[in-house]
Amino acid sequence: MADVKKIATRESYGNALAELGNDYPDLVVLDADLAAATKTGVFKKAFPDRHIDCGIAECNMVGIAAGLATTGKIPFVSSFAMFASGRAFEQVRNSVGYPKLNVKIGATHAGISVGEDGATHQCCEDLALMRTIPGMVVMNPSDDVEAKAAVKAALDHEGPVYIRFGRLATPVINDKPDYKFELGKGVVLREGKDLTIVATGLEVAESLAAAEKLAADGIEAKVINIHTIKPLDEDLIVAAAKETGKVVTVEEHSVIGGLGSAVCDCLSAKAPTQVLKIGVNDTFGESGPATELIKKYGLDGDGIYAKIKEFLA
Amino acid sequence: MDTLALKKAANEIRKGVVTAVHSAKSGHPGGSLSAADILTYLYFEEMNIDPKEPKKADRDRFVLSKGHIAPGFYSTLAQRGFFPVEDLKTLRHVGSYLQGHPDMKHIPGVDMSSGSLGQGGSAAVGMALAGKLDNASYRVYCLFGDGEIQEGQVWEAAMFAGARKLDNLVFIVDNNGLQIDGKIEDVCSPYPIADKFKAFNFNVIEIDAHDFEQMEAAFKKARETKGMPTAIIAKSTKGKGVSFMENQASWHGTAPNDEQYAQAMADLEKIGESL
Repeated sequence: MADVKKIATRESYGNALAELGNDYPDLVVLDADLAAATKTGVFKKAFPDRHIDCGIAECNMVGIAAGLATTGKIPFVSSFAMFASGRAFEQVRNSVGYPKLNVKIGATHAGISVGEDGATHQCCEDLALMRTIPGMVVMNPSDDVEAKAAVKAALDHEGPVYIRFGRLATPVINDKPDYKFELGKGVVLREGKDLTIVATGLEVAESLAAAEKLAADGIEAKVINIHTIKPLDEDLIVAAAKETGKVVTVEEHSVIGGLGSAVCDCLSAKAPTQVLKIGVNDTFGESGPATELIKKYGLDGDGIYAKIKEFLA
Repeated sequence: MDTLALKKAANEIRKGVVTAVHSAKSGHPGGSLSAADILTYLYFEEMNIDPKEPKKADRDRFVLSKGHIAPGFYSTLAQRGFFPVEDLKTLRHVGSYLQGHPDMKHIPGVDMSSGSLGQGGSAAVGMALAGKLDNASYRVYCLFGDGEIQEGQVWEAAMFAGARKLDNLVFIVDNNGLQIDGKIEDVCSPYPIADKFKAFNFNVIEIDAHDFEQMEAAFKKARETKGMPTAIIAKSTKGKGVSFMENQASWHGTAPNDEQYAQAMADLEKIGESL
């Protein structure tokens, strides 16, 4: 895969904001002294008057966004996932979620692929936190194409939205002419009858790699890309579980509360199925180059393949 | 509205407070009564609002950051005509739109949901910032408790407001001196409050929270002050107007029983007659 184009979805986020700025005059972008890292600096360059740096005060930033939204603005709040969903959780719940304000949260640097900064900055809990807020849409796009589509979908959706972006450059897998993004709809990227792999974010590409290795062993995996964790495409997941039996979920997030839990919540009620949850196993991350960490935590194609082989054995 | 009319309106609002809290058998009378005069001045004199058109675009905005004094806020909105006074008796009842803390989705006249302390100031800052971005003429008012300003987010909001020179924004602190656990200076003193806001580049005005002439002068000065937000530190009496609730931290979040309710209403009737 050496010649595959790779782009970090945080880059896609900044580019999408800048590209959509003219079409959405009410769009304003807020950051907390991380514009260079979250890439909202790209928007700032194009629309300096509509980029508001709130300084290092994420809770206040979320509240300001809520106030802006009451007047008809569409604020995109930007910070690292740790601070947007963690530090400001209660502000997101009470100042944005409860009044169902039209605030979008663009959270970059999610998961262990933050890399060298280590555990304090590697948020593996954001999907779990955001998923519990009534009315919150939660997205985790898999690549550049999908990340840009998710930003547009968020702007077109009335109500609070959380989108998770990554720091690490990851393969572009959706640059196809027939690509279509539909909020809340999963995408079958590979057909297979032996098991279903449900993946999200950068783990979609890793899961496709794992599926290739499984195919070499004669195991055909259906691969579903879930870019919208909430609302979850339950129909697609239930149908796949009924069709293939065993289900594997893969996410760069704690195995507690994220995609795996969402899938289990759904299947336990509608189609009880044995599920293997692959993710960060109730542990904090650590410092190191992102790709090495993904390998160490068993979240690369080889690691996923090995766990699935064990699961099927 | 002249001072006498304001005093009469405030007294009716206080009656609504004790009636609502008595009916709910829970709620926060102490701070509602300390802030009743400020709320009266804002809604009957200062703010550009229209009860018939609660969401009109050019209205002045109000955020009740100390959301637990919803009884005071609702009673003010009801007296001003946003919804029937009779509905105050449904406060905190299952199915009522009058939730325990302000709910902008369901209550006419409520510009922001609030109640989790420290968050309202940031929302007010966002509204004021939107006004600046749009060159709109509306003004934004936000009421805090003096215990509430122990929350760090209040100062994040203040720092931003001062740095951005939001002169369309007024923070008001209801300085009644008491919080749930006792005197604010004994719990974790926020004093000196005025100096803190000055340090955050606010135009600071200190007034008596029960003196309408001082309020008139303060809000006028706030409107005339350019290039910086205003903080009005309003020294008040918790439980104001109900003899046995005045200056008692225990009446922060306690409802009167039937006997106490009768006494409270008698106190307020007496004040009304004296006006």
